[in-house]
Amino acid sequence: MSTVEKAPAKWVGQSLRRKEDPRLITGRATYVDDITLPGQLWAAIVRSPEAHANVVSIDTSAALAIPGIRAVYTGEDLSDLLAPLPMAWGPPGVEIKTPERWPLVRGRVCHVGDAVAMVVGDNKHVVVDGVAKVSVEYESLPVVVDVEEALKDEVLVHASLGTNTAHKWSMGGGDIEAALAASDVVVERRIVNHRTAGASIEPRGCIAEYRAGQLTVWSSTQVPHLLRLFYAVQMGISEDKVRVIAPEVGGGFGGKLQVCAEETLCAWASKALGRPVKWIETRSEAMLVSHHGRDQVDHVRMGATSDGTITAFHADIIQDLGAYFGLLTPMIPELGAFVMTGCYKIPVVQTDITGVFTNKFFTDAIRGAGRPEMTHMLEVTIDQLATELGLDPLEVRRKNFIPEDEFPYTTPYGITYDSGAYETALDRALEIVDLDAFRAEQADLRSQGILRGIGFSTYTEICGLAPSRAVGPSGFGLGIGLYESALVRVHPTGSVTVFTGASPHGQGHETGFAQIVGDIIGADPAVVEVVHGDTATGPMGLGTYGSRSLSIGGVAAAHAAEKIAAKCKEIVAHNLEANASDIEVRDGRFQLAGDPEQGMTLAEVAGCAYIDATKMPEGMEMGLEQTLIYDPSNFVFPFGTHVCVVDVEADTGKVKVIRWVAVDDCGPAINPMLIDGQLHGGVTHGIGQALYEQVVYDAQGNLVTGTFMDYALPTAAEIPNFELDRTETKSPSNSLGVKGIGEAGTIAATPAIVNAVIDALRHEGVTYLDMPLTPLRVWQALEEARGRGDGPRASEQGVELPDQGEGSAGSGPTTPEGGGS
Amino acid sequence: MAQNVPLQVTVNGESHSSEVQPRLLLVHYLRDDLGLTGTHVGCDTSNCGACTCHVDGESVKSCTVLAVQCDGAQITTIEGMTGADGAYHPLQQGFWDAHGLQCGYCTPGMIMAAADLLARHGDGPLTEADVRKGLEGNLCRCTGYENIVKAVLAAAEAGRGVPA
Repeated sequence: MSTVEKAPAKWVGQSLRRKEDPRLITGRATYVDDITLPGQLWAAIVRSPEAHANVVSIDTSAALAIPGIRAVYTGEDLSDLLAPLPMAWGPPGVEIKTPERWPLVRGRVCHVGDAVAMVVGDNKHVVVDGVAKVSVEYESLPVVVDVEEALKDEVLVHASLGTNTAHKWSMGGGDIEAALAASDVVVERRIVNHRTAGASIEPRGCIAEYRAGQLTVWSSTQVPHLLRLFYAVQMGISEDKVRVIAPEVGGGFGGKLQVCAEETLCAWASKALGRPVKWIETRSEAMLVSHHGRDQVDHVRMGATSDGTITAFHADIIQDLGAYFGLLTPMIPELGAFVMTGCYKIPVVQTDITGVFTNKFFTDAIRGAGRPEMTHMLEVTIDQLATELGLDPLEVRRKNFIPEDEFPYTTPYGITYDSGAYETALDRALEIVDLDAFRAEQADLRSQGILRGIGFSTYTEICGLAPSRAVGPSGFGLGIGLYESALVRVHPTGSVTVFTGASPHGQGHETGFAQIVGDIIGADPAVVEVVHGDTATGPMGLGTYGSRSLSIGGVAAAHAAEKIAAKCKEIVAHNLEANASDIEVRDGRFQLAGDPEQGMTLAEVAGCAYIDATKMPEGMEMGLEQTLIYDPSNFVFPFGTHVCVVDVEADTGKVKVIRWVAVDDCGPAINPMLIDGQLHGGVTHGIGQALYEQVVYDAQGNLVTGTFMDYALPTAAEIPNFELDRTETKSPSNSLGVKGIGEAGTIAATPAIVNAVIDALRHEGVTYLDMPLTPLRVWQALEEARGRGDGPRASEQGVELPDQGEGSAGSGPTTPEGGGS
Repeated sequence: MAQNVPLQVTVNGESHSSEVQPRLLLVHYLRDDLGLTGTHVGCDTSNCGACTCHVDGESVKSCTVLAVQCDGAQITTIEGMTGADGAYHPLQQGFWDAHGLQCGYCTPGMIMAAADLLARHGDGPLTEADVRKGLEGNLCRCTGYENIVKAVLAAAEAGRGVPA
């Protein structure tokens, strides 16, 4: 242990420009579609146009007759696969009905897009021709699309399971019915959190090469090590003979936290054909068969005393699972349940989750994964409660905040929040916003017919997934613990390579981790290379998702670097004839505390460690390298206040976000620029869900939103500049004090928008709205509230309206001038 | 299979003579035939703009143009934006400085669209709203656009928004 005062950080805390960027801004990065191997074949998938049907026959002869088509495979051909596609959650004591999902169907399709056959050929064009020539005869089966209909079990997605209910999961803290009955007021709402898409701009894709007993897969994935594990299991290949590489990955948002059917197919086909096989998803496929997110129908009840003290909160969640399970499908709402009480002291809570199959593609983790849904329920309902009680929603929040001096705070569910200063973040946000001025302006504008509203979301979330004992097989029931690895290697010249098991796809690990390691061992981040995404390089890793990379992977790198620094100090002390405890890292070099003239650079230390044994302490191992696995003791719980200001156009119902203020706390900043970037993108993702984006199926199970023409991502024209500030409350859970920030913006965003729109319209009589807040939905609500709701409905004007809770597709960010160039 | 069609183009200053299928998209010609993989495919419906490049000085979405339509054309891709000495184009510099990218997949298209925007805009003052409107045809899922807008404004501000 060092006895000297800790030197100030030289690199941590700086907004260093990203080391990743030079290759990205010049078009020199290598994404999976940029890789071409000698002898490479292409694959394309024959997909079901039916939402539920028996496959009567498949005729591949016409496809095989096309010159350049090398093979067409169906489910029967893959009978040597040793395991179906995985679902990795088995909570002890909970029965989960799991339908088998094979890379190609075996006799029955369960959603539009289900994979029926695989065509392999010489190039990307001929396989598309081949797909068109595969003739499949279907025998249609009854279809159930709506999740509440599916609950009735009148039409079964999987008859062999006997029910559409896959699982029920409850968590309780106290007697919820008694607590609600004893409350002065109970607010009840049915809240629909609609289905969305991850929509990374790079679709999924892979190249698999099986050569001489060795399988190598390049995949656009967030989890290369997990893929290696599952390919080994599915194909019966020893794990040491499987290598998975995540090259440059063009965004993930959870959509690439998956073991994908197409990748297993390419691996299998490469083995069968002895040639590399490549598959690149089209956007239409991405919309159809890259997993969706959200899709819950929530019934919430919140009880309170008349002064606004929350006494009880109950959420009854119906989760639309889709037709199968992906890697984590049934677990997603449960993850949200862990922050059911948000920032508040709520003495009695209960979460009841029912997972239900429908004839749609499966849902799984998308940015936030369960926590946006739960935060939406909580933060919208608190506003509803405040209105019911005639109280200021911020006063209700303040009254119920967990006070700063009560951390660590254990919720009724036994989750221990690490740290929080919720009131501080809210106060800071209000300083920026100036609420009094806003209210005056709002009143003034209202008199001019402009509907302006403000909405708040004070959130905390659970991330940094995760302590292995808590979440692993004997705990929460995940199939593996979620530790993270790091290998720090100092080279003889003093440059450094850091291998991390985290697997970034835009977050900036190469820069942030270099800053962390650089400070600890006295290396300029410019010479600290961070290597990720290749199972043949560093140790086992768990990948990037759940806002885990920094607080687990970054801390692993820090701990490994600290061990190297300790060794360096011994070497320096030996050469300076000093005590190691008097050596510090200051200004980028190892030096004697109080005598900066006396010191050595990392390169000089490395020279001793690799080249000149006589300069090493007696008995010390040569070299400077450290492998380390870090398993956190707890999750981390970032928090903050988000404030949204909207204008609602009364004549059209169009909502425009005109201001966004956010004060977030993710502990000490490693690179503030990267934090801001995550918040910009995270909030924008939330704005997308709240206003524009929705995955829509028709009653027959056809996907209506199959392209970016129909699925409306926000563009630059819809998104405001963000007014961001931070507070810094250390997490006691890790040595850096850091918390995750990748999902926080998305988790916080949607209720702020919905609360803002309701604030804009409440005086008109609109008291509640579900997302997405499309112009049609908002306009209809306004018309109905104004008593003109019996006027001509849009459905009578040739626009078919989905049922309540479905909203309208793609009616978002278009302007009269059209959609850009 | 249709008969191949002759195609002559100049890409980033280099002349190429090819024989291509009439159905070949420009983006696939650039990526697969010429190996210029900096131009990306994101949506197939000309919504996302990741495939944006310049044909005869104007930005086009190369997933919506047939290669044979470009016979005789001068084409610039992201690879052609960097100077021969390796110097970054002001927009490339702007994106790096302003953290205008995360995963980087939309970035080449954003830079090419922004270069066209600056060229079309001329010397007049460029507002944030101009940039937001002008980049409406390019989707980014990572950045929330703010830093992209800053990057473009910075390039314009410096009077460096020279067309390629």
